[in-house]
Amino acid sequence: MSVLVDIQGLSRDFGAAPVLDRISLAIQPGEFVALLGRSGSGKSTLLRVLAGLDEAPAARVVLPKRRSIVFQEPRLMPWKSVADNVALGVSNAHASGAVSRALADVELTHRRDAWPLTLSGGEAQRAALARALVREPELLLLDEPFAALDALTRLRMQGLVRELWRKHRPAVLLVTHDVGEAVALADRILVLDRGRFRREVAVELPHPRRHGDPCAAALETELLRELGVELSDHHSIPEPERTH
Amino acid sequence: MADARLLERMPAAEAKPVRRLRETRLGGSLLRLVSPLAILVLWQLASVSGLLSPQILTSPVAIAATAARLVASGELLTGLGVSFLRVVAGFMIALVVGVALALFAGLSRLGETLVDPPVQMLKAMPFLGLLPLFILWFGIGETPKIGMVAFGSVFPIYLTLHGGIRGVDRKLIEAGRTLGLGTAGIIRHVVIPGALPSLLVGVRYGLSIAWLSLVVAEQINASSGIGSIITYARDFLQTDVIVVCLLVYALMGLLTDGLVRLLEAYALRWRPAVTA
Ligand SMILES: Nc1ncnc2c1ncn2[C@@H]1O[C@H](COP(=O)(O)OP(=O)(O)OP(=O)(O)O)[C@@H](O)[C@H]1O
Ligand SMILES: [Mg+2]
Repeated sequence: MSVLVDIQGLSRDFGAAPVLDRISLAIQPGEFVALLGRSGSGKSTLLRVLAGLDEAPAARVVLPKRRSIVFQEPRLMPWKSVADNVALGVSNAHASGAVSRALADVELTHRRDAWPLTLSGGEAQRAALARALVREPELLLLDEPFAALDALTRLRMQGLVRELWRKHRPAVLLVTHDVGEAVALADRILVLDRGRFRREVAVELPHPRRHGDPCAAALETELLRELGVELSDHHSIPEPERTH
Repeated sequence: MADARLLERMPAAEAKPVRRLRETRLGGSLLRLVSPLAILVLWQLASVSGLLSPQILTSPVAIAATAARLVASGELLTGLGVSFLRVVAGFMIALVVGVALALFAGLSRLGETLVDPPVQMLKAMPFLGLLPLFILWFGIGETPKIGMVAFGSVFPIYLTLHGGIRGVDRKLIEAGRTLGLGTAGIIRHVVIPGALPSLLVGVRYGLSIAWLSLVVAEQINASSGIGSIITYARDFLQTDVIVVCLLVYALMGLLTDGLVRLLEAYALRWRPAVTA
């Protein structure tokens, strides 16, 4: 089996202690990987290398050519309509059909001519998702794409991402603070801490995974403990720290 | 309960007549016309009563008559055409030069080191004071006038566009790069549209300076254009003609500014509620 992403010995520091310390990571084609970690643990730093935004001189980095990233903020060009923003992701020629399909995928066809500044948070993030998907990426990088959304919209977006993943089968690396989200979506969960992957869990629960499923809940509790959050008796899950 | 409701309603009822006048567009602009009209009336009274001699300032009515005469004879329109062309020519030069320099300085390190320091120094020069030099260099034809207009208005264009380019959101540039845009694509799809609001501010400011430069340049020496009409009028103590010409300058300034605002409303229509 050929790996899609193969990274070995990736280190990064910004002067002080290393943020990433000789990390290795392999992702198979079509695999859904979630990356958990405390705030400041280096998740975005890793994603930026994978997106090609930062160099990693000393490391061995094998990446697929077609990659897309969705950031925590939509980062749409405010002076381009939604459709034109999505079209930015593909080069000219047969763009318009692909753009329409991508917008239909994220259920945004009715807003295709809208200006980004008039979109709701969820709509904007869906437009960003369409812009990433229209490139037909082999690797889709998602950096806490739902963190700024309300709980209801977040759930809908999770369902949408799962649908789109099943339909297009890109490999996904999803950065999230939300343990439940990771357990609900991923085949494999990585926990980044002090520059290394401290934990790697294969999630073998059947889909669709329901919130409150006992196996999922046990895994969530375990992962939360890994992240340094202890649960109280009455199963109230404290929100993990949310800064970025 | 009933009392509370009554209390709530009373101030609204009282405020109503005033608010009505203000709320409608027409009412608002009518209100704003009251004091300028009063000034005109006072001015007219002062002229009629002999308090204000026509050699200092002619009455509004006489000025209106003069304006009608100048328009009818075609003198004003011919002069206006000449002056307008000077502003257009000078401003176009400023636009091309200013945009080119700002792009060069804003987009490359080399440009920044080469272009920005001298421009910042020249900016400090009181450019109207350069007129004697321009006349020495370029004589008394069209060149010094167009040159003054261009020189005066190039700075706001350069400075605002340069600042706008510097201020473009890094995050959008990054997003563009992850979408596979090259340098040219980033400039076209991200940097230029992102800097456009600043540039348009610069264009409006530059245009007002363009008219100002023209007024000064035409006063010193002109055998055609609005400025020459003013020069003749001065020699014959025709204050009415001078005032008409000044009004024409003002109108042209407003007109060109209005055109840019139209352009702005179209080009920046992606910004919610730029109007109002
Ligand atoms: N360009 C930079 N210059 C200096 N320090 C940086 C830079 N980028 C990241 N860091 C530091 O590296 C560390 C990891 O940052 P990173 O953004 O990867 O964290 P994160 O895991 O994504 O956190 P969060 O969950 O809050 O987004 C932080 O301590 C941050 O301050
Ligand atoms: Mg981050």
